[in-house]
Amino acid sequence: MTTNELLFLVFAFGLIAWFVGRARAASFINADTPIINSLPNYHGWFSCLWAIIPPIIFLIIWSNISPALVTDMVLANPEAASITADTFSRSAILSEARAVANGSNQALFQEGSEKLVPLYAEAQSYYNSIALVATILLIFAGGAFAYTRLKPNFRARSKVEKIVMLGLLLASLIAVLTTVGIVASLIFEAYRFVTLVSPIEFLFGTNWNPRDDIVAGEDNGYGAIPLFWGTIFIGAIIAMIVAIPFGLMSAIFLTQYSSPRFRSIMKPVLEILAGVPTVVYGYFAALTVAPAVRDFAVMVGFSNAASDNAMAAGIVMGIMIIPLVASMADDSIAAVPGAMRDGSLAMGATKSETIKKILLPAALPGVVGGILLAVSRAIGETMIVVMAAGYAANLTANPFASITTVTVQIVALLTGDQDFGSPHTLAAFALGLVLFIVTLLLNLVALRVVKKYREAYE
Amino acid sequence: MVEQKSGSNTIENSDSTHKITARNVNVFYDAKQAINDVSIDVDMENVTAFIGPSGCGKSTFLRTINRMNDTIPSARVEGDIRLDGQNIYDPAMDVVQLRARVGMVFQKPNPFPKSIYDNVAYGPKIHGLAANKGELDIIVERSLQRAGLWGEVKDRLSDSGTALSGGQQQRLCIARAIAVDPEVILMDEPCSALDPIATAKIEELIHELRGKYAIIIVTHNMQQAARVSQRTAFFHLGTLVEFGETSNIFTNPQETRTQDYITGRYG
Ligand SMILES: Nc1ncnc2c1ncn2[C@@H]1O[C@H](COP(=O)(O)OP(=O)(O)OP(=O)(O)O)[C@@H](O)[C@H]1O
Ligand SMILES: [Mg+2]
Repeated sequence: MTTNELLFLVFAFGLIAWFVGRARAASFINADTPIINSLPNYHGWFSCLWAIIPPIIFLIIWSNISPALVTDMVLANPEAASITADTFSRSAILSEARAVANGSNQALFQEGSEKLVPLYAEAQSYYNSIALVATILLIFAGGAFAYTRLKPNFRARSKVEKIVMLGLLLASLIAVLTTVGIVASLIFEAYRFVTLVSPIEFLFGTNWNPRDDIVAGEDNGYGAIPLFWGTIFIGAIIAMIVAIPFGLMSAIFLTQYSSPRFRSIMKPVLEILAGVPTVVYGYFAALTVAPAVRDFAVMVGFSNAASDNAMAAGIVMGIMIIPLVASMADDSIAAVPGAMRDGSLAMGATKSETIKKILLPAALPGVVGGILLAVSRAIGETMIVVMAAGYAANLTANPFASITTVTVQIVALLTGDQDFGSPHTLAAFALGLVLFIVTLLLNLVALRVVKKYREAYE
Repeated sequence: MVEQKSGSNTIENSDSTHKITARNVNVFYDAKQAINDVSIDVDMENVTAFIGPSGCGKSTFLRTINRMNDTIPSARVEGDIRLDGQNIYDPAMDVVQLRARVGMVFQKPNPFPKSIYDNVAYGPKIHGLAANKGELDIIVERSLQRAGLWGEVKDRLSDSGTALSGGQQQRLCIARAIAVDPEVILMDEPCSALDPIATAKIEELIHELRGKYAIIIVTHNMQQAARVSQRTAFFHLGTLVEFGETSNIFTNPQETRTQDYITGRYG
């Protein structure tokens, strides 16, 4: 029986347990005890949950360890002793034999795998029967335990409530635990990287040309400064030069000038802009904006302008960020109390004077917070720069040159055939860690600024 | 409506000595009528009090005088309101100029999140009343002095205006309003967020300012109306029920509705 079939079995028994528990609770109700503590349905759910949760937990664990157990059993057989010792072809043979034994594959290609098929089938049926027995035992143990607890005054309702709450807690923990796991793996791999390449070279070196054969004490081409610079130049400078004025101006227009009708149309449109997949922006940048920028650069005299220039990527990234800046600025301006605006208007200030001298200064912290969030979004953005910015690590402030970014290099380092332990691959993790730390700090500062500002007007 | 003061309420006479003449004013919020055919005169060197139960339209009418209702998209004003004989709803009227001439103090103190100095200097700066920093300093000092706040803040002019106490903030707002040298000052319940001591200070201030401006004050406090105003207008359900000398309104009201309201029988 496969795990899925076992799961089906578990749910079938769960359903039975529900009916049994409910019927038992209903049987408590008679002339002497017209009211029991919880409705029969809750007794049903209590029994059902007890019957299915233990076997499900078991099956989750089992599905993770049983393949290893099966393989061990196969390899323990003397017939398996003859297969090759080479790790790679060995695992290929084993997985092929398993696939055929499962019936998910028909043909055999690897030499030596055919004799493992019956071994696999045997081992699998052995462990499957163990799983079946264990599952049924757990179902009945849980169900029986629940059944003995059912009494007229049993508080099934609050027990079910508690189990539901645990389920919700577990769901919310998954996101947190995943984040922790990702960070831990980033830190671990980055640590492996700095044992190979000096962190001084990585953080302060200006030569990015990663070599695979590391020589200690020499420049191995892992100086990431050009990448950091490229990221800042494209994401925090060019993109923001585009996004801040347009975002701010559209926020001012939407909050102060537009009619409610126009605003109710424009806001969703801005949100759609925020929802366009970045890959679409990417080819827009690569196919439309980049050539136009290059032609323009050549026209004004930059004859060496690259077709994959920083300018195009930055502009398109800025456009992508506009909705974010606009909506954050919109919120901040709208949060300035109307009394400020009225006070200024009543002084005889015009609308634009009021915006410039009262609303924007008052909304500034919120706007700055929004801009920081936008920067953190921009420097982590990948698709646009992969498609439109270059791969060449140039340390230059010429926006028409090809400049690369951290995210582009992470992609470059991880695509293609790479050994997982090579400095190339590990460098990607180190870059990822740096990026993560920077965006995390930006987000923290931004959220703090915005929160402080909100409190000021509470 | 009962006009105690002699004189007609026809438009032809609006070029008389009154500072403000309002004739047959109606205000609507969308289809809902908030002010119904109100006519009133306001004189210089006079404090006029608007009283009436909540929601009767005092604020709405007050805001028609400096056209602050323009900032409410649903509001629509009909009728004729003149400042020195000039129709303020005339398209040729510059709203910015109008609001410099008709200042306003709000119910809740609303200093700008700027320094005390900048709060007062705000109006003179945008209207170009000071040629240089020295002149601006003089305007700021004089306004704060007139608002009775100078002594308390002269050493901390660069502190934020929002860091002052509520009563000080309200006097700062008054200083801010008089810094542009208006002719009329509208006050919408200026003391309702203040304690009795701060209230007494503001009332004293109104007494002193009276000699130079036409002041209109909305208040829910009968004693306050009686103390500070020379003329009182009683509004009810969007109409002006009675308007006359404050002493008459409070001692000898002509309308039973007025009588009931000031004796607290309903409100
Ligand atoms: N912005 C607005 N939109 C729609 N209706 C409004 C608006 N402002 C006021 N109103 C309505 O107009 C009427 C008069 O309101 P107004 O604020 O002038 O009353 P008020 O006499 O100042 O009351 P209070 O003493 O409570 O301040 C009320 O019925 C109110 O609901
Ligand atoms: Mg009011």
